Amino acid sequence: MSDSPLSSIVATPEQMLPGGWEMVVGLEVHVELATATKLFSGSPNRFGDEPNINIDPVTLGLPGALPVLNKKAVELAMRIGLALNCRIQRCIFHRKNYFYPDQPKAYQISQYDLPLNADGHLELPSGVVIGVERAHLEEDTGKSTHVGGATGRIHGSDYSLMDFNRAGVPLVEIVSRPDIRTSEQAREYVSELRSILEAIGASDAKMEEGSMRCDANVSVHKPGTPFGTRCEIKNVNSIRALGRAIDYEARRQIDIIDSGGVIRQETRHWDDAEGRTHTLRTKEDADDYRYFPEPDLVTVDPSQEWIEEVRAALPPLPAARRAMLHELTGYDIRSEAVVVAVERGQHEYVKAVVDAGGDPVKALIYVTQAFAEAGASPAVPAADIAALTILERDNKLSATQAKTVLAEIVANGGGDAAAIAAAKGFEAMDTSAVETMVDEAIAADPDAWAKYCAGEEKAAGAIVGRIMKASKGKADGKVVSAIMQSRRG
Amino acid sequence: MTQSGSPISAADVAKVAHLARLDIDDAQVVHFTEQLAKVMGHFGDIDALDLSGVEPMTQPYPLVNVMREDVEMPTLNTDEVLASAPATEERRFRVPPIVGTEG
Amino acid sequence: MATIPTTASEIAAAVASGALTAREVLEAHLARIQEREADIHAFNLVTADAARAQADAIDADIAAGRPVGPLAGVPIAIKDNMCTHGIETTCSSKILEGWKPPYDATVVTRLRAAGAVMVGKTNLDEFAMGSSTENSAFGATRNPLDTSRVPGGSSGGSAAAVAAGFSPVSLGSDTGGSIRQPAALCGVVGVKPTYGLVSRYGLVAYASSLDQIGPFATTVADAALITEVIAGHDVMDSTSIPQDAPSLVGAVSQGVTGMRIGRVVDLPGGAEPEVSARLDAAFEALAAAGATIVDVTLPSLGYALTAYYLIAPAEASSNLARFDGVRYGLRVNAVDTNAMYGATRAAGFGDEVKRRIMLGTYALSAGYYDAYYGKALKVRRLIAQDFDKAYESVDTILMPTSPLVAFKFGEKADDPMSMYLCDIYTIPTNLAGHPAMSVPFGTGAHGLPVGIQVLAPALGEAAMFRVGGALEAAAGGAQ
Repeated sequence: MSDSPLSSIVATPEQMLPGGWEMVVGLEVHVELATATKLFSGSPNRFGDEPNINIDPVTLGLPGALPVLNKKAVELAMRIGLALNCRIQRCIFHRKNYFYPDQPKAYQISQYDLPLNADGHLELPSGVVIGVERAHLEEDTGKSTHVGGATGRIHGSDYSLMDFNRAGVPLVEIVSRPDIRTSEQAREYVSELRSILEAIGASDAKMEEGSMRCDANVSVHKPGTPFGTRCEIKNVNSIRALGRAIDYEARRQIDIIDSGGVIRQETRHWDDAEGRTHTLRTKEDADDYRYFPEPDLVTVDPSQEWIEEVRAALPPLPAARRAMLHELTGYDIRSEAVVVAVERGQHEYVKAVVDAGGDPVKALIYVTQAFAEAGASPAVPAADIAALTILERDNKLSATQAKTVLAEIVANGGGDAAAIAAAKGFEAMDTSAVETMVDEAIAADPDAWAKYCAGEEKAAGAIVGRIMKASKGKADGKVVSAIMQSRRG
Repeated sequence: MTQSGSPISAADVAKVAHLARLDIDDAQVVHFTEQLAKVMGHFGDIDALDLSGVEPMTQPYPLVNVMREDVEMPTLNTDEVLASAPATEERRFRVPPIVGTEG
Repeated sequence: MATIPTTASEIAAAVASGALTAREVLEAHLARIQEREADIHAFNLVTADAARAQADAIDADIAAGRPVGPLAGVPIAIKDNMCTHGIETTCSSKILEGWKPPYDATVVTRLRAAGAVMVGKTNLDEFAMGSSTENSAFGATRNPLDTSRVPGGSSGGSAAAVAAGFSPVSLGSDTGGSIRQPAALCGVVGVKPTYGLVSRYGLVAYASSLDQIGPFATTVADAALITEVIAGHDVMDSTSIPQDAPSLVGAVSQGVTGMRIGRVVDLPGGAEPEVSARLDAAFEALAAAGATIVDVTLPSLGYALTAYYLIAPAEASSNLARFDGVRYGLRVNAVDTNAMYGATRAAGFGDEVKRRIMLGTYALSAGYYDAYYGKALKVRRLIAQDFDKAYESVDTILMPTSPLVAFKFGEKADDPMSMYLCDIYTIPTNLAGHPAMSVPFGTGAHGLPVGIQVLAPALGEAAMFRVGGALEAAAGGAQ
């Protein structure tokens, strides 16, 4: 992450921290790519296998082994670059040299001064734009298990065991610019990134399983002054933890500065149970990685033709999907229903319901309410949902009745809404019957009616409740509300 | 800029030995420093060259875009591999405790 | 028993025709090994049993009328830095002592498919770092022509094996002259092909951008034959040139009429007078054979040694970091992982390897990269540009292989710089990635052989073998 000494991005007054402090956050997100094999060898890229099954000479760093680049990994990385508005460029690989038992060759093949993707940005649903410095390819490490000691942690363990199934799995490291000013923005950034990665098929992006990992560089300063010394926060395993860790870390740094202390540049470990960060190591004596160009690999120079091919095959991104739902329903792109439908990938399904003749707004609401667990493609025929939205729109069913029918359709994996409604004895009440019921309810509770007429909207609840009870839920709430308003005058 | 013929000091040698994870004692530091200083003294010859505008050459035969398809290849036999490891446990490679830092 | 021919091509022909069995050929060579190996120490391991099984299988194929490869029944020795599945591969280092690779190097696979019979793994300077084979953790190899002298290095074992008649051909690896220099000192032919012509997959890396596998042989034609078999694209090596193996054997007898051969007027000095005299004689012989001698300049050649001794150790420091006692090879136990690394690597590597690892680590470390490694890469470019310019006016270039004939044991062992100077004429082609070969051309001081080096541009093997063949023919008369 590069530190601009003076940033043009400044927190809004309500985003500032107490005491006039502003937090400055940059995120480094590692995602495992959804390839069949590893970045530089043909061993399976698979999670959850028996230890040391997916190994070959390259994975184990055996003497004489040579890496050969996986084309699909480059393509998925290009998709990420395109989705993040990056420049796709001629690039090379470097060796990052350091000793660690999970690193079989004692160097990681990564990208250094010439990454595949550079200078992009990501516009969040809230409208904030976060710069993306780079998104480069590199290989994952093996996995350590620490044995003995009290906690199963690295410190105090008796020895460690190495499994190299994960070693060599392709990663893309997405490095944001230090443009993030609140923990809310950080969460929104990662959440949007996850939606994008899923949408473009680059990664399953599961933070809980480690296929998406996030490190946060956090510093604090007063606007108009240079950035403060930053600390890198590791071991953040969920989006919620990310927000907590950033808030904690900013507070910790402000407390130190306020009490006359100085922030040391260091890596800190987030402990989610304790809700705090611990020091891991100081960066003054950080390893000298001795980066140099990887002589066993050649230059990657994506042709314009290849880039355009990858671009053309990109599915619509979450932002485009939200825009589509907005067009369809008139709902704001930031509304919960739109955001949720897109996050779940159910936008196409909503559109299918509309295409089948359904009412757009009701389609969006039904889908987001009824298919929380169903994934991107609910098993219910879109036409069945469409028919139901029409029944409700045409006041053939009340909202309450429609909900009951919807539940039944979902439970059965489909069904004819009209037939289900008929079987349940649902029928729409004609308006004059409802009018009579409204008048009866007003007569039964004049106090509530008086309050309602005086502008106390909540008082309407008592009247509506009576009507619904009297009609056994058959009265359409909207019709009731319209009649009450006309009566109030 | 550092000149290529600059002498290498004992402190430099001790530092690179640590970076390279080579335990060497003080006497060896002196010995290696002497030898390396002599070799590096010779390297001063390239300081005389005008290298401005010369593109570094990292590979002798320029190839681009050498890639393989994303297709599984046979893996190694885990038993055979573990049999030549210094220490194993539960089909994993066993190492002494890791101190200091993670990743 | 029929007389065993001395060349690989004759042996292959005799075996394929049924005039000799592969087993007969093998036993004759094993007998020679038995007789002289204790004096020479060309091998880290003689694989007699596996070789017998392989020879018998070839004989069975021939008896059954099945087709056999172009090297059917040809015994071959393999430098012990190329992986052989299930057969110890040590790089002459304690850190890999006893290690049995779970896979074969591509060259090993190709040789076996061609019918060659591996007789053993040959000694080398530890991890191919050296010019005398004195740096082996398992004892030096002696020059079969004079056992008080070194065979050169680092592929000293492979050169000595061919010179002693243990096998008609062998494989070595050449990073800065490690095939050509020992070939010169042992009086045999040695070839370093174009970088990328022969797959490096399974060759334990010393310096990845310089390493290249090539053959030793008693004749130029045999060297061409082996090159044909091991060359050609390999998908397992990203730096492998995507071309089929070239036809080379035919070039050997084509003659040099009309060829333009470069004489480097600004060749760095240091060659023994007898060596320089043989170079002059070589030019005369080629001119007599119909070639034109053309003066060329290679002004940056003198800087090659510095560029090489920064680039090669830098890459080596990274390539050899994997020997960490975790997954294979030696481990010296210690209280924690870092201590284990330091103790293992201190015990496992010899002094020359440690020197180069430290030198390379230094050249890459923060604050020094630009002054050392970065600068060396630029010098490398200058040298390659010098060659490109020279090859505008010539087809090949001639120079000595080694400034010296075989020297005595211990003569240079304590002075790294004087040892490094042995590579002064061989290093430039590795930096440029070009092919070069050493052909014996008479004798120098003490009646020891002198090798003349033929250099050619990238993928210029055919031209190189033409000149090599002409030198060989002339040498027959010249001695």
